[in-house]
Amino acid sequence: MNNWLILASQPVQLTPARSQMAFTLAVHILLVPMGVVLPTIMLIANYKGLRHNDVAAMTLARRWSHVAGLLFAVGAVTGTVLSFEMGLLWPGFTKVFGDVFGLPFAIEGISFFLEALLVAIYIYGWRRMKPWTHFWFGMPIPFVAIIGALSVISANSWMNAPAGFTLDSSGKPTNIDPLAAMFNKALPLELTHFLLAAYMAAPFMVASVYMVGWLRGRRDRYHRLGFLIPFTIGAIATPLQFIVGDSIARWVYQNQPAKFAAMEVVTQTGPDQTEYLFGRYNPTTNTVTGIFKVPGLDSVLAGGKRSTVVEGLASVPPQNRASNVTLVHTAFDVMVLIATLLLAMVVWYVIAYWKRRDIPHLRIFQWVAAAAGVLAYIAIEAGWFTTEVGRQPWIVWNIARTSSAVTTSSGIDVSLTVVVILYAALAVAAIMVLRAMTRRWRAGDALTDDAAPYGPRPVGADTPEPGTAEERMPR
Amino acid sequence: MTAAEIVAGIIVFGITLYAWSGLADYGAGFWDLLAGGKSDGRRVRGLIDEVVTPVWEANHVWLIFILVTCWSGFGLLFGAVMTTLFVPLALAVFGIVLRGANFAFRKDAARAGARHVAGWLFGLGAIIVPFFFGTTVGAIMSGRVPANGVGDPLTSWWNPLSITVGVLAVAMSAYLSAVYLVVEADRRGMRGMHDYFRYRALAAGIAALLVGVGAGFALHADSLAMFHRMAHRSWPLLLVGVIALVVTFVMAVRGRARGLRIVAVLGVGALVWSWAVAQYPYLLPFSMTISSGAGADITMKWIIGCFIVACVTVVPLLAYLYVLDQRGNLGEDPTTSVEFSDGTEKRA
Repeated sequence: MNNWLILASQPVQLTPARSQMAFTLAVHILLVPMGVVLPTIMLIANYKGLRHNDVAAMTLARRWSHVAGLLFAVGAVTGTVLSFEMGLLWPGFTKVFGDVFGLPFAIEGISFFLEALLVAIYIYGWRRMKPWTHFWFGMPIPFVAIIGALSVISANSWMNAPAGFTLDSSGKPTNIDPLAAMFNKALPLELTHFLLAAYMAAPFMVASVYMVGWLRGRRDRYHRLGFLIPFTIGAIATPLQFIVGDSIARWVYQNQPAKFAAMEVVTQTGPDQTEYLFGRYNPTTNTVTGIFKVPGLDSVLAGGKRSTVVEGLASVPPQNRASNVTLVHTAFDVMVLIATLLLAMVVWYVIAYWKRRDIPHLRIFQWVAAAAGVLAYIAIEAGWFTTEVGRQPWIVWNIARTSSAVTTSSGIDVSLTVVVILYAALAVAAIMVLRAMTRRWRAGDALTDDAAPYGPRPVGADTPEPGTAEERMPR
Repeated sequence: MTAAEIVAGIIVFGITLYAWSGLADYGAGFWDLLAGGKSDGRRVRGLIDEVVTPVWEANHVWLIFILVTCWSGFGLLFGAVMTTLFVPLALAVFGIVLRGANFAFRKDAARAGARHVAGWLFGLGAIIVPFFFGTTVGAIMSGRVPANGVGDPLTSWWNPLSITVGVLAVAMSAYLSAVYLVVEADRRGMRGMHDYFRYRALAAGIAALLVGVGAGFALHADSLAMFHRMAHRSWPLLLVGVIALVVTFVMAVRGRARGLRIVAVLGVGALVWSWAVAQYPYLLPFSMTISSGAGADITMKWIIGCFIVACVTVVPLLAYLYVLDQRGNLGEDPTTSVEFSDGTEKRA
């Protein structure tokens, strides 16, 4: 089948619009785990600090909340961009299906509102609110954030598993049931998968920062806690993610066979499917080249035995195939590989910690842990590309094509260019600002460290200061 | 009253609250930009920073609220507006990114130079956003957005009426913000800042009044039908707006801060509702009514339900945030932040 025919019949705005949406989402999704999970991490440190008069934990909590404030602001901005893009890029989507999938966004509006209010009270309340009152105002944030994530993921999972309406003869949705749309059958797994991903990425990223400091020789209690608190959260989420990840892959196999075929580059329908690692897919010949393969494994993963029949791309009409099978497959493999590496790291951590109650001394572990944040973020991006590019050419699975939803406005290439430049500048600025924060705080620490032997005893006088030899472990 | 009409009312309510809160935050950016050189502007910027910081994100959420309610309830309206007015809305989004990101970055930028650039972009963004939102309102009002969305991508918003409404939005943001800052300066016992913003509130208010009259003429020349609706239907609201404006003038001249905010807010709210009342029952004059643009009835009912939940949960917390803020209980954590507002008159 000739791909040019399909491409030629598409609106010219489709590619720039998809690129812009993909790009802005890919940037926003970097901030989401921080928005959802950083509050949890800082509250744990805050609790520890208050409960045990732990100065290092309290310092971490305050600094994390300051970072959370900055990232929350940037996330609010990039999230607003996405809200506008729903209409600016995909008016055909909101026009036709707005009242079907819109309800979760109304709920998201509420939870985002609550989160913004609670975050504001928490971040700007350090100075004057009573410590425990302040802590309790922070406590709802992680839960509110989960409701927010639920709402947004619900809208996305609805695009994968449309429910809550029937199409009339003219192709318009009728018998609309927003609740059924919201609680579609893809929601439970997609939500759990994403939440666990967030509970891996953000904690590992925070832990990485302190592991880098640790590797550079800053081996004090402050860095130890800064690593152990978030890393333990990520370590709990990682094995759970393996179970959920496996379930969601099988869910896709059962419910979106065309997407599964793209993820695993299954070419011909049949049993005993080979599991390919990487490689390139050729859409004209429907073949895969340049790969590492394990015979039969794909069938086993999909259905538990080698005789499991898996639908191949040959059974999907060319106009319904994912637009870029190689990308979907590569992204999927990258995600799984990184997750496997992270699981190995976590297993080592559990064994080493159980034996010695300390950050594992193994150098390779420390190197992987220092990279774990970036790796987990790459895995999130890869997973997002797998599900989103894998859903193409549909905006609503098997019901509405992305090309039917795209705007008729011209000038998307201009807005795409502007957005890329703007976000690049934003990223540079954000990194510069975060580095400036680190430098400022470290300079402050050096000051207190020098002053400590001669200065007054800190609050909670019997607890050690950051950087002293006597150290306790988190509970 | 149908469910769709209630939802339309909820959207106007959201717009009103956004005008009261978010619009004023943009105005603060406007004054920040005009605050002058590094040493001259230090106290002004310090006050603005202190006032806007704890509340701007919460205030910004009203915009998200308006957007999601709009596409859930009135997907056809949302699609049509976003298609025809792609250019001004994309530019408004550009401004939103500039404003929000740079306001956040400015606090923590290490060098004075970077802080200066961030501050400048913050101010620029803060002018861009209300202007283009204003042109959007002007375009809708004058019937340049057809129900099918295929309006002119340029002249729909680049015309005398839309531009005037855009300038009016900027003037209103500056006026409202100056009024708030008078009260904030007063609360902090900052005599100098009190006078500084008192004169600016007056100037911006007069500018808003003049531009508002200009917008009236532009509307008359542009869409007579809409002008008549404004004049015949919305005159009590317009009157309230003008009276409120005049009262704030008197109060500003006399240097009174007590009650100033409430009067200003009343005026701005009246203006928003005068537009809504004049346009009723049209979402897009005169091609789309509330009923023809409405989504499924059941969705409308759910939106109303969500709104009630929001009223029960968000409003008390929002009130509490404002109370904490007004009592001076919120502020940057001195142990983690750059002491940016070092030039301001600190409270004890």
